[in-house]
Amino acid sequence: MDVDDYVIRVDHLSKEFKLPHEKNNSIKSAVVNFWRREKGYEIQKALDDITFDVKKGDFFGIVGRNGSGKSTLLKLIAGIYTPTQGGIHVKGSLTPFIELGVGFNPELTGRENVFLNGSLLGFNRKEMMQKYNDIVEFAEIEKFMDQKLKNYSSGMQVRLAFSIAIQAKGDILILDEVLAVGDEAFQRKCVNVFEKYKSNNQTIVLVTHDMSVVERFCNKALLIKDGSMVEMGKPRLIAQMYSDLNKDAYSKQRRRIEKKRTYTGNIKIELLDYKTKNEKNRFVQGEKMRVKLSWKREGVKNAGVAIMKQSGEYIFGPNTYRDKFKISGKEINYLVDLDIGPGEYFVKAGLFGAKDTNVLEFVDEGPSFNVEEPKRKNKWGGLAHLEYNWE
Amino acid sequence: MLKRLFSKKNRALLSELVRTDFKLRYQGSVLGYAWSLLRPLLIFIILYLVFVKFLKLGNGVPHYPVYLLFGIVMWNFFVEMTMQSIGSIVGRGDLIRKIRIPRWMIVFSTSLSALINLGLNLVVVVVFMIINGVGVLSTLPLTILPLIEIYIFALGVSFFLAALFVRFRDVSYIWEVLLQAGFYITPVLYPLSRIPGLTLQKIILMNPMGQAMQDARYTAITHQATTTYQLFNGGPYIFLPFAVVIVTVLIGLFYFKRESKYFAENI
Repeated sequence: MDVDDYVIRVDHLSKEFKLPHEKNNSIKSAVVNFWRREKGYEIQKALDDITFDVKKGDFFGIVGRNGSGKSTLLKLIAGIYTPTQGGIHVKGSLTPFIELGVGFNPELTGRENVFLNGSLLGFNRKEMMQKYNDIVEFAEIEKFMDQKLKNYSSGMQVRLAFSIAIQAKGDILILDEVLAVGDEAFQRKCVNVFEKYKSNNQTIVLVTHDMSVVERFCNKALLIKDGSMVEMGKPRLIAQMYSDLNKDAYSKQRRRIEKKRTYTGNIKIELLDYKTKNEKNRFVQGEKMRVKLSWKREGVKNAGVAIMKQSGEYIFGPNTYRDKFKISGKEINYLVDLDIGPGEYFVKAGLFGAKDTNVLEFVDEGPSFNVEEPKRKNKWGGLAHLEYNWE
Repeated sequence: MLKRLFSKKNRALLSELVRTDFKLRYQGSVLGYAWSLLRPLLIFIILYLVFVKFLKLGNGVPHYPVYLLFGIVMWNFFVEMTMQSIGSIVGRGDLIRKIRIPRWMIVFSTSLSALINLGLNLVVVVVFMIINGVGVLSTLPLTILPLIEIYIFALGVSFFLAALFVRFRDVSYIWEVLLQAGFYITPVLYPLSRIPGLTLQKIILMNPMGQAMQDARYTAITHQATTTYQLFNGGPYIFLPFAVVIVTVLIGLFYFKRESKYFAENI
């Protein structure tokens, strides 16, 4: 394939925004700032050195977490923003829809909005007349077309917008988060439209959070994080990396919560090595873990520790009362065989009075730990390793 | 160039923008479009009573009521177009931040709505001309030229102000004050002969609005209206108002073009 066989070329693209310190759009503040030689703004780098090509017929996905710069990238490609550095070259016509229902006016009727929206896609009235019935039928809102848009439900508005948007013709279509609309039946329709695009070899650039869409439709995808490219390549790989990215962020957030909850309360939870009693939060499947609970208050008759999967499923959690173990002192150790599958877990713990309904202290989300692949010969996978025999 | 500017796509968009503007303008008012005629008419009646009947400003000018009405219509057109254009870019921020449409089109469509309004108002002027018994002057067709001049001048100002407003929201207040000043240094209400001193008259008619207004009155209503040409008796000074228009348009377009790249992020 020819190297120059691209329809969009993004070449070392960077974009900076000037963020004013306070709303700086009065002449007075401009003069004052100029006089004091203050800048009055901060530079924020939204995109840093992005380079990629989109070829004809590509279904190109751009993914990233909120605020990673993917919408900025899309707006640069669409020509809404001007690059600070680098360049964007586009061959052919580019349909400018970044968002559904742009220019919709709540004071106009559905019908009038169809024509207005259509004109933004480049269709004149005559062409829109021909498409009108298709649009209304697809959106499933025949009865409401002569009512003002402000009386539509949000679902109806989005359906109408999507129905108009798919009429768009252009060498390149740009779509931003469109699939999050409508009920299931309507989403299926949208998927059909995507399939049609794909089979027609339409070039599409899509920004989305939905990894199933990326894996299903895209043939190439780009992952960006904090304005920089992380990886570009096969959708499967990108989807995997994206979920890892999210997991990281999730566990980071979780650790913050833990700090707040566990160590400021009146119950201390420590995850320790079984033998050495050193702190530890990575275990190998099958290893023993020591959970040490300590507290200051009086009257604790019952203590419980539960292990939870990071996703929230309850794994296992006994308590001393029902196990008829007598607590003496203000500390207890729970020793448990971690023969559970690799993954992230966390601990819940509670201190109770006589019965397990009389809660004295409770930590809903305690410290978390990782379980890694076992070293034994036969690895069966799964959620846990159960004791078993063959007969 | 023009062909690209007015491609099929752009024409479709322009017509929808103007249409929407018009539909929304009198939304919710009982009389609707009638207001575009009623408003200048009512203002005219007030000014007519004050300046013609009580202050008797127009003595000596034939067809003074029509002369006054025509002036008001032209001035109002200038005011309406510039005032609406100032906020047009910011007001359409939703479009600008989300799709790529030529930015000039938004200001241009606003100017077209103002132009349509001018057309309606001119109908009223013509009706009054007939009632007032203004004869058809041989120069009548030429009236279109000063009107075009006013439009172009207003367009240049509009582009400049609309772009400036994106950065500085004070602009609309400043412009309101400037318009008020402009209203008095333009012979809208008073006949030029009422101004004492030839120098002052000359200064007033170097203002493009004054020059165009007097020219339009001259060609359409009465040859007794003083024009810039007559006042300066030919000579190079008569080109000054046109130079002002040209410079304004060039500055306006240049500034608008430079700023328009950053509208999406600055709004």
